[in-house]
Amino acid sequence: MKFKDAEHLLRMAFLFVAGLIVFVLLRNALVPRSFGQYGHYRGDALGEIKARPVAYAGHGTCETCHSDVLEVKDKGKHTHVACESCHGPLAKHADDPTAVQPEKLDTRVLCVRCHEANSAKPKSFPQVVSADHSAGLACNECHKPHTPVIEAEAKATGGKKK
Amino acid sequence: MPTFEGFMYPNEIELQWSVLIVLYPFLTGLVAGAFILASLERVFRVEAVKPTYRLALLTALAFLLVAPLPLQLHLGHPERSLEMYLTPHRSSAMAMFGFVYLWYLMAVLVLEIWLDYRRDIVMLAQSSTGWRRLLYRVLTLGSYNISEAALDLDNRVGWIITVIGIPSAFLLHGYVGFIFGSIKANPWWSTPLMPVVFLFSAMVSGIAAVMLIYMVVSRIRRTPIDMRCVDAVAKYLFYTFIIDFTLEMLDLIHRIYESDESFRSLDFMVHTRLFLSQVILQILLGTVTPILLLAVTQVFKLSEAVRKRIYSLAGSLTLIGILAMRWNVVIGGQLFSKSFLGYTTYKMGLWAREGLATAIVLMLLPIFILWVLVKILPPWPEKEKGLLSHAASAGD
Amino acid sequence: MNLSRRKFLILLPAAALAWESIKAGTPEAAPNYNVSQHWWAMLVDIEKCIGCGSCVRACQKENDVPDGYYRTWIERYRISEVDGVENIQVDSPDGGKNGFKPSNEQGLKEFFVPKMCNHCADSPCTQVCPVGATFASPDGVVLIDQKYCLGCRYCVQACPYGCRFIHPETNTAQKCTLCYHRITQGLTTACCEVCPTAARQLADLKNPKDPIHEYLRTHSVQVLKPHLATGAKLYYNGLDGAVR
Repeated sequence: MKFKDAEHLLRMAFLFVAGLIVFVLLRNALVPRSFGQYGHYRGDALGEIKARPVAYAGHGTCETCHSDVLEVKDKGKHTHVACESCHGPLAKHADDPTAVQPEKLDTRVLCVRCHEANSAKPKSFPQVVSADHSAGLACNECHKPHTPVIEAEAKATGGKKK
Repeated sequence: MPTFEGFMYPNEIELQWSVLIVLYPFLTGLVAGAFILASLERVFRVEAVKPTYRLALLTALAFLLVAPLPLQLHLGHPERSLEMYLTPHRSSAMAMFGFVYLWYLMAVLVLEIWLDYRRDIVMLAQSSTGWRRLLYRVLTLGSYNISEAALDLDNRVGWIITVIGIPSAFLLHGYVGFIFGSIKANPWWSTPLMPVVFLFSAMVSGIAAVMLIYMVVSRIRRTPIDMRCVDAVAKYLFYTFIIDFTLEMLDLIHRIYESDESFRSLDFMVHTRLFLSQVILQILLGTVTPILLLAVTQVFKLSEAVRKRIYSLAGSLTLIGILAMRWNVVIGGQLFSKSFLGYTTYKMGLWAREGLATAIVLMLLPIFILWVLVKILPPWPEKEKGLLSHAASAGD
Repeated sequence: MNLSRRKFLILLPAAALAWESIKAGTPEAAPNYNVSQHWWAMLVDIEKCIGCGSCVRACQKENDVPDGYYRTWIERYRISEVDGVENIQVDSPDGGKNGFKPSNEQGLKEFFVPKMCNHCADSPCTQVCPVGATFASPDGVVLIDQKYCLGCRYCVQACPYGCRFIHPETNTAQKCTLCYHRITQGLTTACCEVCPTAARQLADLKNPKDPIHEYLRTHSVQVLKPHLATGAKLYYNGLDGAVR
């Protein structure tokens, strides 16, 4: 076999090698720097995901200022219910307590989310059929949301001032 | 929002993979099948199918060029698809597709076609004019050596590439089956038979497609159909189809006999939402009928005209059946809830990015590419060349 | 009176500082978090879940989850049994975001199942990602790199639990991040924060003091679809066999 008979094959081979080199160069240039830092992914992604701002400040943050509410809450059954569970996300309020105020809540909507009777709920969980229970009265006419036990009923008239 | 019945996980209601993903295994299947048919002549020296050799190679190339398009159109971020090559994830079946595809396209198909056509390219570079001349000159890579020794070398290298190409073709499509077969979350897909079934159905569809294209092209060119060739191809189609059907039935019987937790859900689906596409189109019309038709040609001595008709009919039904099979795998696998408690529906848009119109264009595109390829690299012997240019100008 | 006092109240310096570091949300601002010292999981107590939907709402607000898609959701199971044959009905209207209407049928076995990403240790979703856009972080949270995901949807197919979806605007896969931006700053997840019955609890398996260890030792705890061996880290107490 003479060289010149294989020349065209070598030219093709050269094209393939050139393509391979271009690919390797491109790969080095285009793969993100942090790729592979921790595993087969962009290491920077961890920081980017972490950097998302929080919406719910967490009850710990609330309690640094509202320790008075915490004291009340600790006496009742809602002690383990976090503030933002009812009041909604308030990280913005924590950012600037004066500028962002929590919304006023309608207990008629709020309380039934948890306490409307449903046979799928655990039997031990306090539930009422709201239509029969309060005849349209707002829950906080009788129950104080932070300490919902009915002993508050005695002071119900006082509670209205709130 | 698609309608659903029973219970679906809330994120499941929307289908993830559309009709374009149905096309993808269909197209790659045609590639693998066409190539395996071509390699019959080259490696196993089946002289009878020689007239289809080059046509099969060009068909494979035309379909392979289109195969990644439905994937690309389907991606949420097509501009990021290069990541598949930059940072392929070794544990992902899909990541390897990029490399298998490129290997098959460049190292197998393009090389084999180039080597096989080199003599024609060099001669065309000398005889043609204008932009064609330029094109052929580029294709020669500047080497005009078509001496006996050089062509003999091409032949030997080409043979080696074909030998490498056969497992590559198996890899290309078996591996598409693996993309589905390895998803343990989806009992409709998750079976080790999936790659094998995909492979044999690919061979069936590829052989049927080349057979049909050969007959159609001969008709357009007004050249007589080489019946010895078509008979041989039909015979191979028949045998592969029997293996394919056996495997599919094995899968089905295995599922019915094992009756695991997903069975009732899947069984219901096959009898309702997939009844038309699975039982009627895929199994009865697309598999049993063509197998019976082909069996008739094997058993009885029929006239040429009748055989031609039967082959055309069987080939067309086969393609419909295999397309339906891809549909049932891809779409069917997404119609039931992974909770096995509900079923959703697939509504194919007409003009949407992943709609019917796009699918039709993608189905026709390889035919167009094949037509261009045939014009640039005529797959028939030189003595028929006069007829070709005549046919080509007629086709213009 | 209280209100007006609060209006002018300035956060106590220490609290303010802690809060600053939390909302700054950059690793530099919370230098104490070390990925190698945590292995996050979650505990769900089905016996405590009341199906109120607080978690679903909080998750949507915390993470800007688009309507109609869910990073967490609640399913209600209603199972009747006649002659040993179970009839299972499940619903999850709007992912249980607005709770569940009481059913009128009597005598059924009923319960709620909160669902979310299981943050599997051997997760099938990260396995199939072709480019490394979704991955398990060193602290055991399965995350998605929104700048790298190409939207092929293979991971959505591979998740046995239906936890992933394609965000209609970003066209990338999204799912529960276990509030990675919160837990790395010392907060709990939004869903755990608001759960009124503590049916959900974030757990750190690498923290020997975490009550999860005692809980796992003393309860019959199960994961979803254990036969798939995904290494799911969403532990359920009181999980019924009917739940898929």
